[in-house]
Amino acid sequence: MLDKGYVGKEYPSFTVEVEKGRLRFFAKAIGETDPVYFDEDAAAAKGFRGIPAPPTFPFTIAMDANQPFMVLEDMGVDITRSMHGDQSFSYHGDICAGDVITGRQRIVDIFDKKGGALNFIVTETTLDNQDGERVCDLRTVIIVRGEGGGQ
Amino acid sequence: MTGAVAEATFDIGALAEGDELPPLDLPAIDRVQLALFAGASGDHNPIHLDDERARAGGLPGAIAHGMLNMAFLGRLLTQRFPQRTILGMGGRFAALAFPGDSITCRARVKTVDREAGRLGLDIVAENQDGRAIITGWATIALPARA
Repeated sequence: MLDKGYVGKEYPSFTVEVEKGRLRFFAKAIGETDPVYFDEDAAAAKGFRGIPAPPTFPFTIAMDANQPFMVLEDMGVDITRSMHGDQSFSYHGDICAGDVITGRQRIVDIFDKKGGALNFIVTETTLDNQDGERVCDLRTVIIVRGEGGGQ
Repeated sequence: MTGAVAEATFDIGALAEGDELPPLDLPAIDRVQLALFAGASGDHNPIHLDDERARAGGLPGAIAHGMLNMAFLGRLLTQRFPQRTILGMGGRFAALAFPGDSITCRARVKTVDREAGRLGLDIVAENQDGRAIITGWATIALPARA
């Protein structure tokens, strides 16, 4: 069972620079083929100020700042017993190469199912760009399997 | 009229409830892709790279990153809609995917709200056996009416 006293905890803000080469690497790793995710001229032709981050890249911004794992480490959870349960994104603006993103994560819920065999940690993370504009909200559910369990 | 929307006739403005977008069929996930995605995504959890450590964590072996499969769903969306019109997306990781699995991403129009200019989609990433790996949703801004 996880300590529900962590609900409401906010972690210190983090800052991540969105690097052009990293975006290309991410696009390659997901098998993307659209030139807008690789080529600055193709991105500019679509009205982007730089190569855009694909829709799920905001989770990588949080991951780069170790945010999901930090919560588990903070709570003393072995990451090999953890799994991503649910993830959602709300988009408010472009994230492009060269942006500097400031994020803030907090724990919004902790609950368990099956008599503690499965524990759920729910966090929300806000991402703002260098102009102070909100670009994305993330909601993450991490599942922690109890000892001896697992599927 | 609902049903599968053919590639050649895809038109955002004409989508109706129940329409299915052309699917995105992915090549089988291999361990090289998982290694690349670990590096590119920043998720270095050994359960995606190391069978022994995955088994020690109670899994049958190394598993694909859930966020890789969700990234495939993102590709399905950006293939059909300008990225700026994607207002939100998300999903539940319903089942595990393993190296060797071939994922197909599908989207079906759930709601069309012309007044609000919103399209609601049910999206799913499924494996070669038709089992849902991710069940999710997306909200798309419809182009303004002429």
